Amino acid sequence: MAVRNAIFRLVLVLFAAGACLAPGGGSASEGIDAALVLLAEKSARKRQAGVEALAASGHPAAAPILSAMVDGKLYYRKDDKRLFVVAKRGREFDLFDPVAGEQAGTAPSKSLKKVKVNNRLRRAIRKALAGLNLTHADRGLRLEAAAGLLKSADPGLRPALAAALESEADGDVRAAVELALAAVDIGPDSAPPARIAAAKRLGASESPEARALLGRVVGDAKTDAAVREAARAALQQIEDRLELYRQFGAVFQGISLGSVLLLAAVGLAITFGVMGVINMAHGEMVMVGAYATFVVQELFRTFAPEFFGLSLAVAVPAAFLAAAALGVGLERSVIRWLYGRPLETLLATWGVSLVLRQAVRTIFGPTNREVGSPEWMSGAMELAGGVAITYNRIWIILFSLAVLAAVMAVIRYTAFGLEMRAVTQNRPMANAMGIRSRKVDSMTFALGSGVAGMAGVALSQIDNVSPNLGQAYIVDSFMVIVFGGVGNLWGVLVGAMSLGVVNKFIEPFSGAVLGKIVILVALILFIQRRPQGLFAMRGRAAEL
Amino acid sequence: MRLLDLKGRIFLAALAVLAAGAALLNLVLPEGAVLHVPNYMVGLIGKYLCFALLALSVDLVWGFAGILSLGHGAFFALGGYAMGMHLMRQIGERGVYGHPELPDFMVFLDWKELPWYWHGFDSAWFALPMCLAVPGALAFLFGWLTFRSRVTGVYLSIISQAMTFALMLAFFRNDMGFGGNNGLTDFKDLFGLDLKDAGMRAGLLLASAAALAGGYLLCRWMTVGKFGRVLVAVRDAEQRTRFLGYRPEHYKILAFTVSAMMAGVAGALYVPQVGIINPGEFSPANSIEIVIWVAVGGRGTLVGAALGAVLVNYAKSFLTGAAPEMWLFVLGGLFVAVTLFIPRGILGEIPGLWARWRDGRGHHG
Repeated sequence: MAVRNAIFRLVLVLFAAGACLAPGGGSASEGIDAALVLLAEKSARKRQAGVEALAASGHPAAAPILSAMVDGKLYYRKDDKRLFVVAKRGREFDLFDPVAGEQAGTAPSKSLKKVKVNNRLRRAIRKALAGLNLTHADRGLRLEAAAGLLKSADPGLRPALAAALESEADGDVRAAVELALAAVDIGPDSAPPARIAAAKRLGASESPEARALLGRVVGDAKTDAAVREAARAALQQIEDRLELYRQFGAVFQGISLGSVLLLAAVGLAITFGVMGVINMAHGEMVMVGAYATFVVQELFRTFAPEFFGLSLAVAVPAAFLAAAALGVGLERSVIRWLYGRPLETLLATWGVSLVLRQAVRTIFGPTNREVGSPEWMSGAMELAGGVAITYNRIWIILFSLAVLAAVMAVIRYTAFGLEMRAVTQNRPMANAMGIRSRKVDSMTFALGSGVAGMAGVALSQIDNVSPNLGQAYIVDSFMVIVFGGVGNLWGVLVGAMSLGVVNKFIEPFSGAVLGKIVILVALILFIQRRPQGLFAMRGRAAEL
Repeated sequence: MRLLDLKGRIFLAALAVLAAGAALLNLVLPEGAVLHVPNYMVGLIGKYLCFALLALSVDLVWGFAGILSLGHGAFFALGGYAMGMHLMRQIGERGVYGHPELPDFMVFLDWKELPWYWHGFDSAWFALPMCLAVPGALAFLFGWLTFRSRVTGVYLSIISQAMTFALMLAFFRNDMGFGGNNGLTDFKDLFGLDLKDAGMRAGLLLASAAALAGGYLLCRWMTVGKFGRVLVAVRDAEQRTRFLGYRPEHYKILAFTVSAMMAGVAGALYVPQVGIINPGEFSPANSIEIVIWVAVGGRGTLVGAALGAVLVNYAKSFLTGAAPEMWLFVLGGLFVAVTLFIPRGILGEIPGLWARWRDGRGHHG
């Protein structure tokens, strides 16, 4: 204890020496004492003067004292009006000297009185703290302080800001301080040239405060015409930029929706486009994929919770296999007997879809199932202007493109893909060449269904996993296929992306539901003009 | 071919006996008598007859013109909404809010006046023709757009499904002015007669039976003559028919429009009997279910379609009461089994079975 006291004294002595050496240091020390006396006054106005004096002192102890005051930990002793920062311990309070920070014994709570803080005073303290924090060693605090000062735009803190700008080395903090300085400079107290310069600087920011400040200047008829013009131009600049961000956000949302549609439609493009089979149970393959994800995650939760981050990586092949197996079963048992009768196929697969939905409802229950996101997929990237890009959306976009590329590669480069194309183009001739077209049919259907299952993994991340999951996407994916052109994977890509983006651009004007109706009607009209879709097949295949 | 063959006569006779019998036994016999038909049964039979008419309308386009419409529920629902609007206006001041002009849901939404498209529906002379005109106009427009650009087969099916899907989304919106989610309900009376009155119910049942009989005769008349032959030719070989100098799209548009109007009549008769119409009727699942009624009974047989509608709906009423979770399994299984094993439907298979049985007997004898 004695040792600690000795060290404290030494620090105090050193500090006092430093304060004396610093220019005007002596007066600062005096200033803080005078300010502390003011803080213990009854009159709120005097206390406020104390806060301001403390803030102006720039004393290192000023910020902790003000924080303690705001937090209700600053008390004064009734007898001698000496200030203490207290730590409550029942009826006894531990006292700490506010300037030195060292413990100054204990006292019963009765002998102390709290330094009262009203709202006005609280505001003054916040502002003062912001000014003090501008030169704090912690970068985060400095940034926060500058942002706070941008909000209050108080001319009284101009010197503090200017001083902070002088000494500041960090680029981000400098920008924030400059902005806060501009917010002060644009006020009616500054000279017109300074205000114009400030308006320009504010125009480079997107913060709502900058817009509000500029708007106030534009709206004030008494302001100098040139200043108003500069503010108006700056405001316009901000609005333009924000509009651009919004557009960018809409495009991103659209691509994100488009990638979901793409995932759901690629499988359909294989079964419908390549095999000419209308599979109304395609949506249920997606659903099965989502439930496979759920099952895989449950297994991870039970047996290997520490590897939960890997669950999605395992779920992708699991969902592919589950859906593909189901697809093969469906092809062998139902669809095989209905080739060449597309309308009957449609009805039969609708029946399968009903059965699958009811089966899942019976097994897993009718309510939504919780599917988690691993950590590397959660979170979002904040762009300026309130536009946020969530990481799972980005992952889904990448995933959908990867799936599309993989499917294209399979069709183009593998032996199976070659056989598949051969059977599509000319079945009898392919048979004659020794290709077992029945087997190719099964495999093709398995591929299409499996891709749908992988779509289910992606959808489980952004949508509710329920028995009706697939139904929500099936009409849209058919639209994508019809729009993009049957049997053309590039067409599917273009169709999905354009439908997604157009959808998101219409939504702000008309609402989500009306937007969907508009798209559906537009598509119905589009098919009138181009029944074969955007990318029509040419040659013999077109007649299939 | 004659307008009324043996099958048709049996059908019409059975229909007359069923409807008149049920109505009489309900009205004449006192409650509790052995042969008394309870009120709910009258409503149920009336509902089935409406579905039968709807199935007939789908059979006309699917069975004879080869158009698999997955959007016929939309025409049914539009007819129902037209009738529902008339019934809403008949409520007058008896609504919960007692507003003389506006239906309850509009008062609830704080609307000040009737939307323009609601005007005229207070008069039955306007509303009843609308039950035909609105679905007919939509079908004509749809057919005009699609058949002329030669959209056929599954494409047409998907577009018709998209049509009813879009309508469903639209009718779910409150600001469409059709009651949003809840649709139109709380009906009181029709032609000044209470809808809960036993005589009114029997009357609606008889009207449904008459509409079904009329619809059947109309379909027969359209399909037995030259028009019907061309329609079947379009179904089986559209290109060849075109090359022979016919305009398939004209035949298809006419058949489609007439069919939609029949569906509209079915909807209009359905709504007063069940007492509600809501956007769920537009759902694609409903439309596709109609198709399975026709497939079960026998595509292209007309009588079979009506029979299939009654059979499947009876099974539905029975199963959703007895084992609700089984119903979708059964319905799904029906879709698969019918397309795989009895593609011509019950009535479609009978002639073949009959011939086999007769041949078998001939060999033995």
